[in-house]
Amino acid sequence: MARAISWSESGRGGDLIRALYAKTGRAMTLGLTGPPGVGKSTLASGLVRKARSLGKRVGVVSVDPSSPFSHGALLGDRIRLAEHFTDECVFIRSMASRGHLGGLAGATADAVLLMDAFGFDVVLIETVGVGQSEVAIAELAHTVLVALQPGSGDSIQVLKAGIMEIADVFVVNKADHPMADQLRREIRSTMEMLQWDGWVPELVVTQALAGTGIDELWSAVERHVAYLNETGEMEMRRRDAFTHQVRQLALGRLEQRLNRAIRDGARDGVDPYEAAERILASLPKF
Amino acid sequence: MTPSASSGQALRQAQDRPQIIDRTSGLGAQPTPDFEEQRRHWEERSARGRRRRGPGSGAVDRTISDVPLKVAYDPSDVADLDPARDLAWPGAYPYTRGIHANGYRDRLWTMRQFAGFGTAAQTNARYHFLLAQGQHGLSVAFDMPTLMGYDSDAAQARGEVGKCGVAIDSLADMELLFDGIDMADITTSMTINGPACIALAQYVAAAEKKGIPRAKLGGTIQADILKEYIAQKEWIFPPRPHMRIIVDMIDFCTREMPKWNTISISGYHIREAGSTAAQELAFTLADGFAYVEACMAAGMDVDSFAPRLSFFFNSHIDFFEEIAKFRAARRIYARHMREKYGARNPRSWQLRFHTQTAGCSATAQQPENNIVRVAFEAMAAVLGGTQSLHTNSMDEVLALPTEKSVEIALRTQQVLAYETNVTNVVDPLGGSYYVEALTAEMERQAESYFAQIAEYGGVIEAIEAGFFQREIAEASYRYQRSIEAKERIVVGVNAFAKDEEAAEIELLKITEETERGQARAVQAVRQGRDGASVASSLDRLQAACRDPKDNLMPHLIDSVNAYCTEGEIVEAMAKVYGRYTETAVV
Amino acid sequence: MNERPLRIVIAKAGLDGHDRGAKVIARALRDAGMEVIYTGLFQTPEQIVQTAVQEDADGIGLSILSGAHMTLFPLVVEQLQAQGAGDIVFFGGGTIPPDDAQRLRDLGVRAIFTPGAPLQDIVDFVRSECGKRRALVG
Repeated sequence: MARAISWSESGRGGDLIRALYAKTGRAMTLGLTGPPGVGKSTLASGLVRKARSLGKRVGVVSVDPSSPFSHGALLGDRIRLAEHFTDECVFIRSMASRGHLGGLAGATADAVLLMDAFGFDVVLIETVGVGQSEVAIAELAHTVLVALQPGSGDSIQVLKAGIMEIADVFVVNKADHPMADQLRREIRSTMEMLQWDGWVPELVVTQALAGTGIDELWSAVERHVAYLNETGEMEMRRRDAFTHQVRQLALGRLEQRLNRAIRDGARDGVDPYEAAERILASLPKF
Repeated sequence: MTPSASSGQALRQAQDRPQIIDRTSGLGAQPTPDFEEQRRHWEERSARGRRRRGPGSGAVDRTISDVPLKVAYDPSDVADLDPARDLAWPGAYPYTRGIHANGYRDRLWTMRQFAGFGTAAQTNARYHFLLAQGQHGLSVAFDMPTLMGYDSDAAQARGEVGKCGVAIDSLADMELLFDGIDMADITTSMTINGPACIALAQYVAAAEKKGIPRAKLGGTIQADILKEYIAQKEWIFPPRPHMRIIVDMIDFCTREMPKWNTISISGYHIREAGSTAAQELAFTLADGFAYVEACMAAGMDVDSFAPRLSFFFNSHIDFFEEIAKFRAARRIYARHMREKYGARNPRSWQLRFHTQTAGCSATAQQPENNIVRVAFEAMAAVLGGTQSLHTNSMDEVLALPTEKSVEIALRTQQVLAYETNVTNVVDPLGGSYYVEALTAEMERQAESYFAQIAEYGGVIEAIEAGFFQREIAEASYRYQRSIEAKERIVVGVNAFAKDEEAAEIELLKITEETERGQARAVQAVRQGRDGASVASSLDRLQAACRDPKDNLMPHLIDSVNAYCTEGEIVEAMAKVYGRYTETAVV
Repeated sequence: MNERPLRIVIAKAGLDGHDRGAKVIARALRDAGMEVIYTGLFQTPEQIVQTAVQEDADGIGLSILSGAHMTLFPLVVEQLQAQGAGDIVFFGGGTIPPDDAQRLRDLGVRAIFTPGAPLQDIVDFVRSECGKRRALVG
């Protein structure tokens, strides 16, 4: 499986996914996002421990930002998961957010499908929620957890930046922080400004380092999954994830073709509008 | 003499000293040009020289810590310096010029070589050797399992027993370590942090078994847990319970061990982890103030414990920057202790420190060059007014030092002390435009860091946020890059290298037999003791861990006397406190 | 062919907390365009190899400054073989005397870097050796 994910990362996962796609659709997928430093990895470790205590096999995809300069990346999120390293029922894979031919979203989606196909019961996708693409990755999951930390400006920014709409469960971590209550109120008041039909996001307070609140968090997740199943929304989510991936794959390929056409077809002495028209005209029609 | 000086003063001076040269009168004497005119003239010449200077001059316009440097310093660089306020006299507040009125004339620094390896019996033999060579005090280096709270037969200890220091599993080892040594006559420094409270308990118990009361014991225990989270990474429990343990130790020593330095707040490891000089200074002092605040919060009077706090700094290779760092450290500390914490006893204002030359400046290439580096670093420490000094051995970057290289390191200090004459005048660089300007710059940078730490809410909060770790990782990477780019020269590494034949120096190795022997020894201790008193002493210790009002030290001494091993004591305490895991910052 | 960056696990084993070297090298490899997975401190040989396998790493760099290298390096080699991952390029660094370094190379550690080794040498080594491994496994 490790090798299979690598193939996906280099845009060569197509055949495998085709062969395995029928086996997917069984895993419970969780997305965990939030600004840097809120303790996502510690929360992830707590969730993995909880899932393991229920006898479930767990896959984790942990996405870290790459350096914008070298395309290299330092992936340090595993550290918090060290206690699970030698557990054969836990598979952890780190991913950099750049340098994937099929786009990061494509590689992540493949990794989730692969883990699902290989029989992992729970797949956790952990990303730093600072940009749109990371938020989009969280949307691959059936249940999206947004982690926030009291007393952090970043957390407030995230609230304002529209991440509210994607959250199924809010997690206020570091509950022992003096400003924890204030953050809770802030989330509540932001939520009141929005219209909810169907599921109203739950708010869970944790202290992941000490392991408190993880059970409550897990129950909230289970309630959300039950809700999805009862209302048939699960099917919608699956379809969303499917269209999302299709769109990413198609866009990625289209972009490649477009880039090739631009490179090959660039002409001096033509204005940009004209050049764009010609290139579009040269692409095969759908 | 300034123009405002009265003619009476000038006259007295003329009478005191015979005038050899009269520069202001006499035949054909040229009038001295105006100082500012001289400056302009120099600036022109300096700028010309700079244009000409080709590659390879070796000059860098920054200290090793990236502090920008001028070509020359002048009175304008110390215009803000108020001698009475900022320097005063040696032995007087704010102690910029040292804590003793007569500097080293009354008393040299203590030459203290850190030593420890293998088993307690092996290290005991090295101690007898060092004392016979004229060393003043002992310094115990513990091995990694001991420092991390594991017994020698623990799974985590495999491959590490006796490697970086001596293995001390129980009181039995501590007794062996000081066999034949008069513990009332020497001072001992113990470099241990996580389990410091256990090592101290073992030391007290070992002495009392020889009939020496704890009140007579002199020495230092490092016990600086904050810098473990920041740099050295030898922690056991989470920061908050660890702080309680340290406050208990300080409280216990203050009441029962008047000659003992309760804690050695250490910048050494922060620097070794790659920090700049200013970071070392700022983070160490911030740690120190955090301990002061914790003790005061526990209800202790600042003047009851502050006189026994001590510090431990690194002496790196950037000569003047290091001297400035030591001088700034004393001034900052004195000011904060008096003005912020309200200490009234002058001994509470005085920053006393031990220095070790920079292990990270030593190179594996051409290791003999390290002897020279150590000599310069040692001199910087002495010109900076250190109270005690460890000089590294040339081969420490390769393995544990041999007896020969330890001796050279000690002789380096002796040459410095007895031949160079640098000990004759207190703070000989005081008043140097450059050193004073750099001292003020160090102070400025430190205060700026204090402000940043305060924004996080304090040292522990900044640790949890990874602030220190990030700052240090940035600095060390920046430095390494400058070496790679050859912006800085390291002799034998990125310049003047020669094809290395395998190092010819003899190295000391610790065998696997040491590990097996030590594991057998600790198992024998466990079999030979009274199981009931082990269990009951550990129960009482755990109860004390849960009760913040019950000082842990007497319970630890009981457990140690029952021959509980270090690993067992740590395990018992961890059941209450938990174990720390790091938020790693790369 | 190498459109995917090389993936390298940088690890600290045993009780040794001196992570300056490991972090500097992790950053240097990142700046050379590689994906570096840092394990954090106090890892067992089992944990390190498991990480490298799951991450499909091309190389493992292990840093040890505590003197435990003759115990821990061979254990990692053993684990790599046990996991069928002998193709992963295993290299290391630390305070390691020359004759120990030779014995470790004989055991299958591909390179040993001692303090003062130029970062560029390490980057070049990793790029070339791990690049070969990548060309083999795809």
